[in-house]
Amino acid sequence: MAEEWIVACDETSVAKDDVVRFDHLGATYAVVRMSDGVCNVMDGLCTHGKAHLAEGFVDGATIECPKHNGRFNVLTGEATATPARVATRVYQTRINNSKIEFLKVN
Amino acid sequence: MRDYTVGGPSALTAAQNGLVDADCYKPKIDRELMKQLMARTNGLAAVHIASWFIALGLFGWLAHISWGTWWAVPSFAIYGVLYGSMSDSRWHETGHRTAFRSKRMNDAIYYIASFMIFREPETWRWSHARHHSDTIIVGRDAEIAFKRNVPIYKYVLELFGITAVPNEFKQWIQNASGKITDNQKDFQPPETFRISIWSSRIYISILALTVLTSVLIRSLQPLMFIGLPSFYGHWLVVTLGITQHAGLAEDVTDHRLNTRTVYMSPLTRWIYWNMNYHVEHHIYPSVPFHSLKKLHLAIKDQLPTPYPSLYRALREVIPTMRRQASDSDFFIKRNIPQSVN
Repeated sequence: MAEEWIVACDETSVAKDDVVRFDHLGATYAVVRMSDGVCNVMDGLCTHGKAHLAEGFVDGATIECPKHNGRFNVLTGEATATPARVATRVYQTRINNSKIEFLKVN
Repeated sequence: MRDYTVGGPSALTAAQNGLVDADCYKPKIDRELMKQLMARTNGLAAVHIASWFIALGLFGWLAHISWGTWWAVPSFAIYGVLYGSMSDSRWHETGHRTAFRSKRMNDAIYYIASFMIFREPETWRWSHARHHSDTIIVGRDAEIAFKRNVPIYKYVLELFGITAVPNEFKQWIQNASGKITDNQKDFQPPETFRISIWSSRIYISILALTVLTSVLIRSLQPLMFIGLPSFYGHWLVVTLGITQHAGLAEDVTDHRLNTRTVYMSPLTRWIYWNMNYHVEHHIYPSVPFHSLKKLHLAIKDQLPTPYPSLYRALREVIPTMRRQASDSDFFIKRNIPQSVN
């Protein structure tokens, strides 16, 4: 298995309690910054319906899908409110030279 | 004749036409503003819920002390609307979990309001998710309340839940005995069936206790407070709800074409929790009731002109439904602003 750190965006491009979309090699991700400033990258599409989490609402460590209000824990990916039931993937994330990077295992 | 059966032949057609869980139109709006509009608070919803319960208590008390006199009629009329109509908007908003910031507070009110509006909470949670995925897509949307090919007198009966409440009760009985309907199986995950089974058992138990109390004290009064308001107080939510989608396009993926926004008075908006801004709600269901007017002001230039009043909306809807009873191809086409086509 090959591991690769992928640069998602500048650290300053995601405000606190917000999320931005990042597309890479046909995949889409949600780059989330929680209220404490910690960033995490997760899969971009909701596991329930066809909606991008980057249009959703971030409250603490929770992100809410904009289409059906399903919720996920940003730190673990766990689905915390229906209609989301299946956990989403959360990637190991770091700040490196003011860039938000996440570890992708191929 | 259109076949509205959920999961029926129309569902296959919808899938073939790319209408299932399709991408829908979204207006342009500043992300910073959207973040503000999506923000949740417990306090405001708590004040609204408290005012609702106080009104229920007040008119319930007036109805009780005036029992046996003509004064009971207006008291129960208002109590009934507070119970059998106002519960709809509380059910709806807490179902989305946007009323309160707290998930538990949303869920607690959701279960109470579900009983009052006579809807099994788990099934309706999933049917409503489907309604947002596939809004007015025939064969997919389980909440197309006003169908074509239906004589309008049947909808007049629905003002008092004549068909809807008994049909729902039939499902509760089936669920309580462990049976799940085909409709439920189409949109509800199997692991949630047990919630429907137990919710139905609890709701039926409450109703049975109320009937028993009425029999024991030889008075209809307990049932006039619990159970019957779901019938006699239901008319207002039908009157308001009919403006949401009825008579508009089916099988389209643009909420501007299948949904209405109607301006309503502050009192009606308190009862309805701003669901008159229904186009806005469907496009952005993460925006709580108290921010829908602000959302409307931010994007209204990209939406069809709102209806100026409930009366004006009904004046379009009712003749349209009468015509659709015999002409199922007829519908109202909403005009989208040219600048955002």
